[in-house]
Amino acid sequence: MAKRIDISDLNIFYGNFRAVADVTVSIEPRSVTALIGPSGCGKSTFLRSINRMHEVLPGARVEGKVAMDGQDLYGPDVDPVDVRRQVGMVFQRPNPFPTMSIYDNVAAGIRLNARKMSKTDLDALVERSLQGANLWREVRDRLNRPASGLSGGQQQRLCIARAIAVEPDVLLMDEPASALDPISTLAIEDLMTELKERFTIVVVTHNMQQAARVSEQTGFFNLSAAGQPGRLIEFNSTEKIFSNPDEKATEDYISGRFG
Amino acid sequence: MSQLTSTPPGTRTSPLPGSVRAARRLPRWTTAAVFAGALAVVLLLGALTHLLLAVSVLLAAVLATVALYALSRAVEGRRAATDRLVTCAVVGAFGLAMLPLVSLVYEVVSRGIARLDSEFFSSSMVGIVGEGGGAYHAIFGTLIITGLTALISVPIGLLTAIYLVEYGTGRLKRAITFLVDVMTGIPSIVAGLFAYALFAIFFGPGVRLGIAGAVALSVLMIPVVVRSAEEVLKLVPNELREASYALGVPKWRTIVKVVLPTAVAGLGTGVTLAVARVIGETAPLLVTVGITNATNLNPFDGRMATLPVFAYYQLTQPGVPPQYAIDRAWTAALVLIAIVMALNLVARLISRFFAPTTGR
Repeated sequence: MAKRIDISDLNIFYGNFRAVADVTVSIEPRSVTALIGPSGCGKSTFLRSINRMHEVLPGARVEGKVAMDGQDLYGPDVDPVDVRRQVGMVFQRPNPFPTMSIYDNVAAGIRLNARKMSKTDLDALVERSLQGANLWREVRDRLNRPASGLSGGQQQRLCIARAIAVEPDVLLMDEPASALDPISTLAIEDLMTELKERFTIVVVTHNMQQAARVSEQTGFFNLSAAGQPGRLIEFNSTEKIFSNPDEKATEDYISGRFG
Repeated sequence: MSQLTSTPPGTRTSPLPGSVRAARRLPRWTTAAVFAGALAVVLLLGALTHLLLAVSVLLAAVLATVALYALSRAVEGRRAATDRLVTCAVVGAFGLAMLPLVSLVYEVVSRGIARLDSEFFSSSMVGIVGEGGGAYHAIFGTLIITGLTALISVPIGLLTAIYLVEYGTGRLKRAITFLVDVMTGIPSIVAGLFAYALFAIFFGPGVRLGIAGAVALSVLMIPVVVRSAEEVLKLVPNELREASYALGVPKWRTIVKVVLPTAVAGLGTGVTLAVARVIGETAPLLVTVGITNATNLNPFDGRMATLPVFAYYQLTQPGVPPQYAIDRAWTAALVLIAIVMALNLVARLISRFFAPTTGR
């Protein structure tokens, strides 16, 4: 089900301010693509434009083309709600619904969309999703407890379970491990490696070791000066980016000689 | 440092001389002793000069504060003395603020208790001239009219707040916010006159209806509901909305299924407090609903009795002898306070039960 994403000449705006300029890139299915770069260079903005979460903010808009297996996500007759059903997202800070139990959180994608599903099917889906997120063994005997009682790492895996429960084609992750301890981070990274068999994964990260460990492709974003739009400086296989990048700026950033 | 040298060696001085100053402290009973002493002195003087009790107590508090400050300054130093001074000021301000509340509750309870009997809750004022009678009709009138008010105000107020927080942008949002602010400041009698004028258009002058009173109270209650609900909805973290959008949930469903359940505790509290705010309004009900001696539980048919208006008329037109009516007025006030306190209690329980659980 994993789909390929083709982005061409994408410009992303907040009101009149152009935050990201002229991004053209192809994201391969069944792989992990990492986006690295300094803070404020538009990685997250770019990520949010792939599932049309960007336009939720007032004044935010996008120019250019984002196509998923040939289907234009910004076409005039495309409902952003449908796009988000196909492109799931995991956020930087774990954000389980505080009013719901662990079970309800995983089932939220189904329940909130009022899709009819029998109790047995839903039980199976919840179990499958939690197993997919490597959380099942830890929570199976307290599915009806509030999700806010889990640890941060468990909450983030719960959010991943919630995202994969709606069976999207693409999974976007916005610094999914930056608020977690090293052990939880490892769990999330292992999970990404498993999930890429089924999904196209795009992950924003500040942790370059993480990008090197989990991704096949890496994109480096940078901005030339404050107030200027961020640009995709280089997009290459992870191996090449971290050993012999084409661009000087990439090498400087990766080796810590930034600026 | 004279303080250091005056402390006995080995007991209070710190092992590292100069790094920590061994402070001389007043004994713990000093505060109590100073205040008791000041009170005794002032009361003695008061007995000689026939001062009012309240004035003497106030004078004693000021005197004790000054004395304590001076004493502490001499013994403990400037910082400790300032600490004591500010502590006295804060406690004093708290006492002053509590004074009217305690005195009001005491007064209402002590005077209202006389008629707090079963007859007060079971009979109306039909055929009552002197003794006896009750506020059965007024209690139910208040409950019915306030219930109708909530029925009108809560949907309008909640939906307005949802619009302002979730949808509103630009000029319309600013205009609504401004109008809500203006409505908050409307004097209650103006709300009453507005509702009276509105119903007079349809039913002619001199109209008195329970529903007219509910409309008047709604004018007062809607802005309160909007304000409190707006604040509560703003507190719902944006991350939860985004989490819901990212699952492909439409906006309206996100609001109904994620935002409102997360905020339900605060919304319930806000609504209950708004009800408590309007339940004691007298002026608008005086104009729109009037008063009656008989029990009328139909808000669409003629005059009704309500507790605030009942108390007002019992007090202003007591009849002869007046004591029976005045007793009824105090008891009506006591029942009204009890209802408001019960509502506040309900608000507390709501926020306790519906608050998002955070425990493990």
